[in-house]
Order: sequence, then structure tokens, then C-alpha cells
Amino acid sequence: MVEIKTAEELNKKYLREGMWPTIFCNGCGIGVVLEYTLWAIEELGWDMDKVVFASGIGCSSRLPGYINADGLHTTHGRAIAFATGIKAANPDLNVVIFTGDGDCSGIGGNHFIHAARRNIDLTVIMVNNFVYGMTGGQSSPTAPIGSVATTAPYGNIEHPFDICGIAKALGANYVARWPVSHPYQPIKSVKEGLQKKGFSLLEFLAPCPTAYGRRNKLGDIKKLWKWYDDNTILIEDYEKTMNYGNEKEKEEIKNKIQIGVFQDIEKSGFFEEYEKLMMMLQEKKTTGEKK
Amino acid sequence: MTIMIDTGNYIAAKAAVMARPAVVPAYPITPQTTLVEGIANYVKTGEFKGEYICVESEHSAMCACIGASAAGVRTFTGTSSHGLLLMHEMLHWAALARLPIVMCNINRTVGPGWNIWPDENDSISQRDTGWIQFYCSSNQEIFDTVIQAFKLAENEKVLLPVMINYNAFILSHTSMPVEIPKQKEIDDFLSKYKPRWKLDVDNPITFGNIILPADYEKIRKDMQNSSENAKKLIPEIAKEWKKIFGRYHGDLIEKYRCDGAEYILLAMGAIGAESKVAIDNLRKEGLKVGLARVRTFRPFPKEEILKLGKQADLIVIDRNISVGSEGALFSEVKAALYDKSDAKVYGFIAGLGGKDVPYTDIEKICKKSINGKAKDCEWYNLEGV
Repeated sequence: MVEIKTAEELNKKYLREGMWPTIFCNGCGIGVVLEYTLWAIEELGWDMDKVVFASGIGCSSRLPGYINADGLHTTHGRAIAFATGIKAANPDLNVVIFTGDGDCSGIGGNHFIHAARRNIDLTVIMVNNFVYGMTGGQSSPTAPIGSVATTAPYGNIEHPFDICGIAKALGANYVARWPVSHPYQPIKSVKEGLQKKGFSLLEFLAPCPTAYGRRNKLGDIKKLWKWYDDNTILIEDYEKTMNYGNEKEKEEIKNKIQIGVFQDIEKSGFFEEYEKLMMMLQEKKTTGEKK
Repeated sequence: MTIMIDTGNYIAAKAAVMARPAVVPAYPITPQTTLVEGIANYVKTGEFKGEYICVESEHSAMCACIGASAAGVRTFTGTSSHGLLLMHEMLHWAALARLPIVMCNINRTVGPGWNIWPDENDSISQRDTGWIQFYCSSNQEIFDTVIQAFKLAENEKVLLPVMINYNAFILSHTSMPVEIPKQKEIDDFLSKYKPRWKLDVDNPITFGNIILPADYEKIRKDMQNSSENAKKLIPEIAKEWKKIFGRYHGDLIEKYRCDGAEYILLAMGAIGAESKVAIDNLRKEGLKVGLARVRTFRPFPKEEILKLGKQADLIVIDRNISVGSEGALFSEVKAALYDKSDAKVYGFIAGLGGKDVPYTDIEKICKKSINGKAKDCEWYNLEGV
């Protein structure tokens, strides 16, 4: 096997060059998320014939079309429901979902909640850019309070979803959030998420300079990356300050977005429990017949 | 009156706001987005005084419309394609609850095979929901129909929701000059909505209660009767509009050069407008062809079509396909003639997935039919299949 060392080699191995150029704008973070995912798959040495990508609607949902693997580009918000079907039909497949904040936490919120609750063995990679980019910049359910969008010209007044918080509360086996501006931790987290049995959520804070940045004085990509640096805090640092810091320090970090691994547990998933139940019932039947 | 040069979506937004709805719930979908953005902009300018709600899905948009309408206020929304399909359950609900909601649907192709170009399969597949369906062929017609739709829907003899369909991009994103009446004139034409039945704490009623079979059947029959009433009211409203504003787009159908025609072409939406050019050219060549542009698919103009069938042979173009059968308009036209007319009817499927249907193709379709070379239901100009 040829060893992959550069991004160019990685792209050649995993992407469909015939689909280029991509639809992504300059400065878009979706390609970065794809790159991290592919590095993770490469480092794990996964057989791409055993990987299926599913997606819904939105910019990030275009990703499966660019990857040289099986993909299911579905309807708005429903990718996780479709993916559950894929996993049920063939549990040997590794099912990865690319979704966005609008797709996953807006129109598809219910599917997300129940897949996490059932702990279905899927890896959900949610690209969170705070906006419905493809339709031109409507405010999404994860948009920070005060952020400007076509549907929130005077600033968003709705409280944003903490998607990782929800997934954690629902008992998902693996939950992590990283901004794309951190190059190493995301790849490690994607690797952990992919390998994890049960439901994994990887949330990426990814820039959309075109539909989100420009309206929020963050059109310059460097400013958006800096925004992530200024407005995020490692979970460990957050907890340390909240436990031992003074009031001023607490006030400073109170509204920051926490990043890192929120949950990493081993809980049996829906299909494992289903399998056990089947075995038990069949065993009962066989022993019953013998009598 | 002023002239506004703008796209079909912004014109629809203008019309919706001038009708003074109290609630507009909406969710963005290409190519509807600019319609609801247009309404949002009127919130900013102060011209729209109602509540504008950004909901989390089209299903929720129609739910919110139903809630608002049941509470007794005028309600409007817009959607397209998959958005409309996601609303399907609520479309039935709105119609059965007899709520006079008005909605624009921008006809867009249904996936997979993701495609945002015009195709009527989205709204055709909502045929049996009980909604009145208009198909527009110009931005002026969109404006006039939105206003007229409220008057129609809210009439106690009708009380059915109305869907105003127009083609993606060909109309939704194309600018045309449109005559806009004064607000006062619209207010005079469209009196305030005063529902006889609504959710009211002083006089409580329930929408959506359990109902036994015999009564349910009555509800269905009443919808059918109301739809028949709409057939009579649509021409009356069009006549009144013409008297006040001087514009007329036809009744249930718009007839164009049908006098003395031996062949009449039937089409809907933007293809209907394009067909006028084809008819003019064919007439120049001495061919006796006319056009009947179908404006309302529900209620279906059965009687008018039978009249056409007694006069001429009919050529039908469908920008939709009921897979396993044929074009939806083609089927319904034939059913309208059954046992009452000997007219030949030729059906063509054209323009699916947004494939262009220029007037030159429409001329060819007509000539093929006139020359007796058309098949029963033909997929016009289908490549490589």
C-alpha cells in the first residue's frame, strides 16, 4: 500500500476528481472537515468499500458526492433516519453522516435526538457554521445570540442549541466539538468517533465567510478563525475556572463555547441489544421445542 | 397604480403583504427563498404589520398556518418542491379543517436526481389534498391571483385553501413589469377577514375532533360542493377584478385564439405563456390552432374542456408525469370528454427536470398532432432512451 504523506495524495486516493471544482466558497470550512475525516480514515486504514456516507441537504451535505465511496444524498434533515436503515440492513458497514447545523439541529432535530437516544452505531459529523448557507444565509438553530442573518437583520434573539450538550444528555457514546482551526485534535476525535461502537457526534465549528461572516463583520477568514480562538475554551479549562476561579474570571468565560471531548463511554447500542434479544428468544424457542 | 419591475417571488411577496395577512410562517427552500425574504423586508420597511415566523421546517410552517388560520386570521406562506412534499400531511389537514390559507408554491423538480429547475410533479402530487390549485404564466398573473385567492378562499361558499403555482426561475427569478394597485384599492376589493368559525375563548369550538363515518362522508361531500362553488366564483372574481383594475387572465382556463380553431392546445404555467407565441406563428402559417391555458387544475375545468372537445381536437402538454399512467392533465382532459365528445386527444410529456420548452418545440408538437403522427402519449424530444 502506498503511504499517503501529503494532502494532494490524500485527495487523489479518496476524492472523485471528476466532481471538481467543489461548490464551496473561498474560506469555507467544510473542505477542512472533509480533510480531517479522510486523514482519520487513512490513519485507521479503513477499507472504503466498507464505508457508506449519508447526508441531507445543505452545503455540507454535498460532501458524499465528492468522496470515492458509496453515498446516499437524501432529503433535508433525514440523513440520520436513512443511515439507521443502512446500518440495520448491513451492520458490517461503517456509516458516516455529514450534516450541517440547519440540517441536523433544525429540520432534522428529531431524528438526531432519537438516534442518539437509541445509541445507534453511526458517526455523525456536524459542520456547524451558524447559518443556512446554501439558501443564502438564514439564521440557524445554533446561531449565537446577536448574530446577524437574512432572517435576523437586527441580530438573533433565539437561544442557540448546544448540540453536544444534547447528545451527551441523551447518552451518546462519543461526543466532541472542535473548531476547524485546531488541526490535530479533530483528526484524533474523528478516529475515536469512527471506531466507537454506538452513537458518535463530532461537531465542527467551521467558517462560512460568505453567508455568515460577511454579515457579522467576520468576512475576512482570518477574523473568523480568530473569533474561534477568542470565543472557545477547552472543557478542562472551563471547569477549572468555574471551580477555582474568581468571579471576574468566571464572568469572562461564561459565554464561551466549550471545546474538547464531552463524553467517551461504552454503552451497548440498539443493534447489539436487538441481537441479544433475538438470540434469547430463539434460544427459548429451541429449548421449548425440545421439550 | 404604479409599475413595479421585479421577479415573480418579489411580486408575490408584494401581493401577499398588500393582502394584509396577520401571520406568515416560512422556511427557506430554493427557489422560494426570495419570496419570504421579500416579506421579511416588508417587516423592516413597516409595510408588513403581521407576525413573520421563521419556523424549523415546512411541516411546521403549514402547522403554524393552520394554527393561525384556526385562530381566525388571514395567513400566507410560500414553499417549493420538497418543502411542499414535507407539508403533505398538513395540506390535507388544512383543507379538511376548511381553513382559507393562501400559499405560493414555486414548481420545482422532485429529487433524487437533485435538481432545482421547473417541473410540476411537486404540486400535481398534491392534487387530492383538497387545495384549490392555480397555475400562473406571468408575474402580473401571480400578483393578481394572490389577491384574488384570498377573496376566493375566504368566501363562505368555498372555505378551502388555495395554492398558487408558478415555475421555478422562469417566473420566480425573472423580472417583469407588473401593475400594482393602490393599497386602498386592494383593501376595498379584499374586505377584512371575518371568519364565522374560529378558536374563541368566549365561544369555544374544537377543530379536528373525532368524527364517525357518516358525518365524515358529509364533510368530504361538502368539500366537493365547495369546490364546485369555487368553479362559479373564480370567474366572478376575475370579472370583478377586470372591472376595477382592467386586467384579466382568464377564468378556470384562459382561451387564446380559439375562435374557429380545429386544434386546441392545452398547457399550464409558463409553457402556457410560451404557447401563445407558437399559436401566433402557426396561425400565420394558416393552421387553425388555438390555446386553452389551464389556470385551475383543482377545481378541474371539466365543463369548459368538454366545450373545447366539442369544437376541436385537443393537444395536451404536461410538465409532469404520473408514473405508471401518463401526464396528469392529459388524463383529466380525456376523462372530461369521456362519452360526450369524439375529439382526438394527443398527450405530450415535455420539460421535465427543467428541460427548456421553447415555442419552436411547441409548434412542432402541434404540427405532429395535426399531421396525425403523434403517439397516444409521447415524451417529446427525449434524448438517448
